[in-house]
Amino acid sequence: MAIELKMPALSPTMEEGTLAKWLVKEGDAVKSGDILAEIETDKATMEFEAVDEGTIAKILVAEGTDNVKVGTVIATIAGEGEDAAAPAPAAAPAPAAAPAPAPAPAEPAAGEDGGPKKADSGTKQLASEKAATVKDPAIPEGTEMVKTTVREALRDAMAEEMRKDPRVFVMGEEVAEYQGAYKVTQGLLEEFGAKRVIDTPITEYGFAGLGSGAAMGGLKPIVEFMTFNFAMQAIDHIVNSAAKTNYMSGGQMRCPIVFRGPNGAASRVAAQHSQNYGPWYASVPGLIVIAPYDAQDAKGLLKAAIRSEDPVVFLENELMYGRTFEVPKLDDYVLPIGKARIVRAGKDVTIVSYSIGVGVALEAAEKLAAEGVDAEVIDLRTLRPLDTATVLESLKKTNRMVVVEEGWPVCSISSEIVAVAMEQGFDDLDAPVLRVTNEDVPLPYAANLEKLALITADKVVAAVKKVTYRG
Amino acid sequence: MAKAPARKSTEPAKTNRERPEEPQRYQASKEELLEFYKQMLLIRRFEEKAGQLYGLGFIGGFCHLYIGQEAVAVGLQSALDGDKDSVITGYRDHGHMLAYGIDPKVIMAELTGRAAGISKGKGGSMHMFSTEKKFYGGHGIVGAQVALGTGLAFAHKYNEDGGVAMAYFGDGAANQGQVYESFNMAELWKLPIIYVIENNQYAMGTSVNRSSAEDQLYKRGESFRIPGIQVDGMDVLACRGAAEEALAWVRAGKGPIILEMKTYRYRGHSMSDPAKYRSREEVQSVRDKSDPIEQVKHELEDMKVTEAELKAIEAEIRKIVNEAADFSEQTPEPDPSELYTDVLVESY
Repeated sequence: MAIELKMPALSPTMEEGTLAKWLVKEGDAVKSGDILAEIETDKATMEFEAVDEGTIAKILVAEGTDNVKVGTVIATIAGEGEDAAAPAPAAAPAPAAAPAPAPAPAEPAAGEDGGPKKADSGTKQLASEKAATVKDPAIPEGTEMVKTTVREALRDAMAEEMRKDPRVFVMGEEVAEYQGAYKVTQGLLEEFGAKRVIDTPITEYGFAGLGSGAAMGGLKPIVEFMTFNFAMQAIDHIVNSAAKTNYMSGGQMRCPIVFRGPNGAASRVAAQHSQNYGPWYASVPGLIVIAPYDAQDAKGLLKAAIRSEDPVVFLENELMYGRTFEVPKLDDYVLPIGKARIVRAGKDVTIVSYSIGVGVALEAAEKLAAEGVDAEVIDLRTLRPLDTATVLESLKKTNRMVVVEEGWPVCSISSEIVAVAMEQGFDDLDAPVLRVTNEDVPLPYAANLEKLALITADKVVAAVKKVTYRG
Repeated sequence: MAKAPARKSTEPAKTNRERPEEPQRYQASKEELLEFYKQMLLIRRFEEKAGQLYGLGFIGGFCHLYIGQEAVAVGLQSALDGDKDSVITGYRDHGHMLAYGIDPKVIMAELTGRAAGISKGKGGSMHMFSTEKKFYGGHGIVGAQVALGTGLAFAHKYNEDGGVAMAYFGDGAANQGQVYESFNMAELWKLPIIYVIENNQYAMGTSVNRSSAEDQLYKRGESFRIPGIQVDGMDVLACRGAAEEALAWVRAGKGPIILEMKTYRYRGHSMSDPAKYRSREEVQSVRDKSDPIEQVKHELEDMKVTEAELKAIEAEIRKIVNEAADFSEQTPEPDPSELYTDVLVESY
């Protein structure tokens, strides 16, 4: 039987890609290690190598084809003795030497098509492109909207601010020549040069401190962490050096710096690489903490963060980088820090969330609408300072609230919102505020467990039914 | 078990890369030496007074005195260009502030936690700053100032302002990981920084020998290709001479350099440290043989400065210190409204 070559997933989050170029043609003999094709993802162009030996029998997806889904059969290889246009390679292992296939395990390991079960991820239930249904009132009527990924929006924000202010520079691991580990800084080196786009050694504690010192010395650094998981090595400088200096110096010494990078669960990368640091940093006086959901907020808030005279922790989300949203085409789109946004208006219940949780909340709101429940969704956007007024105003209207957070439940942003509702909105509550958060465990690797650990729209729907007494 | 082949020497392999010259002891004029003497004496008397105020309950928390180490801050900082160069240090920072000519009143008032203190009373002994003088603190986390100082140097280079950063840290901080992360980047990017290791021989209660595999701390930059010089930190003119050499190296664009200042603190690590880890004789012996202030006093006498002149200086310093102490006791505490100010710069 011919071997099927399938479109590979070249990163944990890749779902489709472009088959940029075939480096073999039908009839070519290939062996393991030969490069067959170049495949382009939104992050990079990767080489696709042969694993099996044989002859290229059929190329099924032509080069230049975009949006080829992961798993699509792109070519077939004929093994020795099989009918292919070209002769098989001379020396092939005897059939007897081929390893016997492992005995088929019991049901759970089999995929839907009966083949081996593919790697899947619970994060598929997270990343949404659900757009806000309420327009941001900050955008003037008639503004042209441009489809932009979150990744591009972040890059545009940095580029615009770097053009405006020569004190702004970017440093971090792989931000320059590699064009960004997640391609967020793509093109910046070319435009701004090595003086302002700086590759650092793998030395988070060191460059977080160096960046903080440079900010104290009058510059405006943007420090990229490849992910915020690695920033735990640097948290001393974020908290003790950057956040506290203005206070400790009686307002003499500022530290205008942006620490940014992806935060929260990525796909199938297990516990050490999957954590939401929102609650950690949001607990620290002296820091600004921003965690946007869509592309327009990513752009407008990152620009505001870079301009701020205060230290900012800017929490992005890897799963959202490739998602496309509309961004207003304005010369200088800057949003206010510390303002939540109503992304969907409703009257029956308030769902509060931030970052990737907003998409889950919007999806839940759609499901609820089908059942006659009209949910209002609030995107906090800034976690410190928290816009409690917007939350409380909505609570006053709906009298019921659910908080959705892609993160642990204990001492979380959700806990904080619940406390705010108790202290300042008690009289408006017709039901206890419920939290929908990740399970209280380190994030597991196994796909089924990962799914169980993360938030879903259905969990939000169930919580809303409880607080509206429909469950 | 087979023995590893014996090495000929424990010295780092000599490379053909350039090294700084052996520093020369600074040739001070009588006026300069008198100025050094006054500054060191001010630090000594100020710190003695601070210790006293601590005992009386006017100063709380941690209070790390600089007594014994005066020559380091005075000798090094006298070589800097006050308009361009920046300084950063750890929590034992009173001496560095005074060496910058910052008013002893606002320093002492910070120690007593008063509104008139240089940090409005919100920082205390360990957290004092003067951005006007390019003195960037005053940092309480051991070793943090090394990475931060490397950032100051980065800013000097980025701004092409010709300035040099001087980052002080102790023999204890020299074992922190971030020091080496900083060394690596500083040499990689040829940043204009002088790393000053104030080796007072005890990291709180742990002697250098008990905590450092390589106790010759000036060699700690070797694997990063950063040259180091060991300096007699009890001799203010040796300190100044070393600073001149280090500044010449750094200003020439050759990247960072390390100065290991061999010094000694007479008091405990902080006010609450009884210093049982060393003998009274050890301390007394340093005081007798190599006190930095006494050394300068003898040199001044050799330069025909009269006893009357020295006494007049002593009286003048005591007056300044007493006034600072009186001020710090009488000036009011911060207004309660200051509790929530300066958390952030902007309003959101």
